[in-house]
Amino acid sequence: MVFDLNGIFKDYMQGKDAVPVLKDITMSVDEGEYVAIMGPSGSGKSTLMNIIGCLDKQTKGVFVFDGTDIMHCTDKQLSEIRNEKIGFVFQNFNLLPRQSALENVELPLLYAGVSKKQRRERAAEALKRVGLEDRMDFKPTQLSGGQKQRVAIARAIVNKPRLLLADEPTGALDTKSGDQVMELFRELNEEGVTIVMITHEPDIAKCAKRIMYIRDGQLYTGAFNTRTGSTQPPAPAPQAANPQSENAAQQNTVQEENA
Amino acid sequence: MFENIRLSLQGILSHKIRSFLTMLGIIIGIAAIIAIVSIIEGTKETIKKNLIGAGNNTVQIRLMQGDYPIQFNYTPVPDTVRVISKEYKERIKNIPEVKRCSLYRMREYTENFFYRNKMLEGIALLGIDEDYLEAEGYEVSKGAGFSEKQYKDFSKVALIEESVARSVFDGEEPIGKILDIAGEPFTVIGVVAKRSGFEPVINTVDEYYTFNSANQGGKVFIPTEDWSICFQYDEPQHCIIQATDTDSMTTAGKKAADILNENIRSVSAPQQEENEEGAEEASMDLSLTKVEYKSESLLEQAKAMQDLSQSTNQMLIWIASISLLVGGIGVMNIMLVSVTERTREIGLKKALGARRRRILAQFLTEASVLTSIGGLIGVLSGIGLAHVVANIAEVPVAISTSAIVISVVFSMGVGIVFGLIPSIKAANLNPIDALRYE
Repeated sequence: MVFDLNGIFKDYMQGKDAVPVLKDITMSVDEGEYVAIMGPSGSGKSTLMNIIGCLDKQTKGVFVFDGTDIMHCTDKQLSEIRNEKIGFVFQNFNLLPRQSALENVELPLLYAGVSKKQRRERAAEALKRVGLEDRMDFKPTQLSGGQKQRVAIARAIVNKPRLLLADEPTGALDTKSGDQVMELFRELNEEGVTIVMITHEPDIAKCAKRIMYIRDGQLYTGAFNTRTGSTQPPAPAPQAANPQSENAAQQNTVQEENA
Repeated sequence: MFENIRLSLQGILSHKIRSFLTMLGIIIGIAAIIAIVSIIEGTKETIKKNLIGAGNNTVQIRLMQGDYPIQFNYTPVPDTVRVISKEYKERIKNIPEVKRCSLYRMREYTENFFYRNKMLEGIALLGIDEDYLEAEGYEVSKGAGFSEKQYKDFSKVALIEESVARSVFDGEEPIGKILDIAGEPFTVIGVVAKRSGFEPVINTVDEYYTFNSANQGGKVFIPTEDWSICFQYDEPQHCIIQATDTDSMTTAGKKAADILNENIRSVSAPQQEENEEGAEEASMDLSLTKVEYKSESLLEQAKAMQDLSQSTNQMLIWIASISLLVGGIGVMNIMLVSVTERTREIGLKKALGARRRRILAQFLTEASVLTSIGGLIGVLSGIGLAHVVANIAEVPVAISTSAIVISVVFSMGVGIVFGLIPSIKAANLNPIDALRYE
């Protein structure tokens, strides 16, 4: 098991009132899984991602990441977990603009205290893995959006993390680049990388092997019914075999939400 | 660390104008300080060279009454003060810092001092021993010096300074002429002059008076034993020592003065027992005009002279420091802007596992690299400025390495101090908020 969320609540303070954002989230992800978490904006999916990414702590509940109870970790321990066990991929890449692709990929290794020579080697290897071996010395400004995201993915996998956590990885990309990124994710997953991806695009979510829906801070596994707002009986994780109807439902939800 | 410095330089170079303007406060402050210090040091060096650096390193230890050298022609010799014996001279010679010691008697304003019918005014008369000429750096330029025999034999012979030869004899051949000192005839046997290298360089009026206050008219020397012929008794001597080097002048002078002061009888204590009324009077008298040996080194005079100009310069340095303070606040301001601008970067780094300490170090390094560069530029422009000012004001410049090092270190310190608040702010950013920051 990579991580396990058990009865997670998260409140944000707005003035004096506690606003619940996550309500009783329970889920776990095993090694080698490829999970998409879908939800409309404001559903709490970013908050959930922050908790899974050890960037934030829950208000209530137990979150165990790779055998460690995150609630009782110090700031320093959280830094180490993020550094060694989680690879982040963000919607807007978050590359350092003045550093070359290689240097950007080296960054997590730098924080892990890896020697310069090894950093070079491993970063180059990661860039090669994402197909950018000929762009190592390019600055982010000299790269296309898809290439930037691939650099970011190289950075996320460079220290061989337990979990690749992607937040809207295709949100800022055109369809073609987005497809390339998804193809890369699929390959990585086949190689054994555990991926959790947060998205609101059904087309992207369907690339995952398991899709979970979050709405109003509650998690629904498998199919999702907007009319009743209740959980379906525990269904097997929807596989790519049957994504269409769910996606349609989800799309309706998004539209309703936005309306 | 090295990585941080490289990143900082990259960051600074990518905002050239902004970085330069930020540094400007530091540059101006440091440049001003370096320029001021260089000019102070230059002046100091000149004064030192003029006063003492001529290689003589002599320290006068004079018998002082209060703050003034005692004048025996006006003041009777206090009975507490005895003539200095040979043993004391030996003891002074044994002080490690002392190279040479001479005892001499002196009257600065001598009455009944004639050449033919002309009264010689403003000429000091010195009774010297065999070490004096060497210690003071005199050499015989004409005629001969005193022989060993003449020193001991009460020979009525005299040496004169070149200035005396000019003013008194007015071009005549001085050697063989007779001077009338307190009714006794003294034959001039030689003319002496300070060794060429020993002649001080005089640039300012201040310096002129420092050298010439005592004996504008020049000096006439007779063997010290002759003093009793002219003045009927043995007066206590003054002392002049030559220190081994310039820096030990003060120590040597103090040590020698201590030894000489042992020679002054402490009168108050025994008298008190014998005669209480008399003791009261005596101690009153003593407290008013305490007679003691005081070393008076040119080094100290030089320092006293510098103090005046230095206090004004100190003010200037304070004013320059205000510029540094303003510069520091500018650095703090721009660092705060930089932290805000790079909120996302900080968030990302934290997400990737950068510890708080690393973020803190990164921003502190950036601030101190910024101010150190400012400091370096400031040092260079300060040196330039000092030379420009020196050329205009015709004063010398001495660039002090310590001032440069201190300036650069100090400007680095300014960066650390004023970079602290922005850096702490950066280190404490919440990664979630930072990542979401637009």
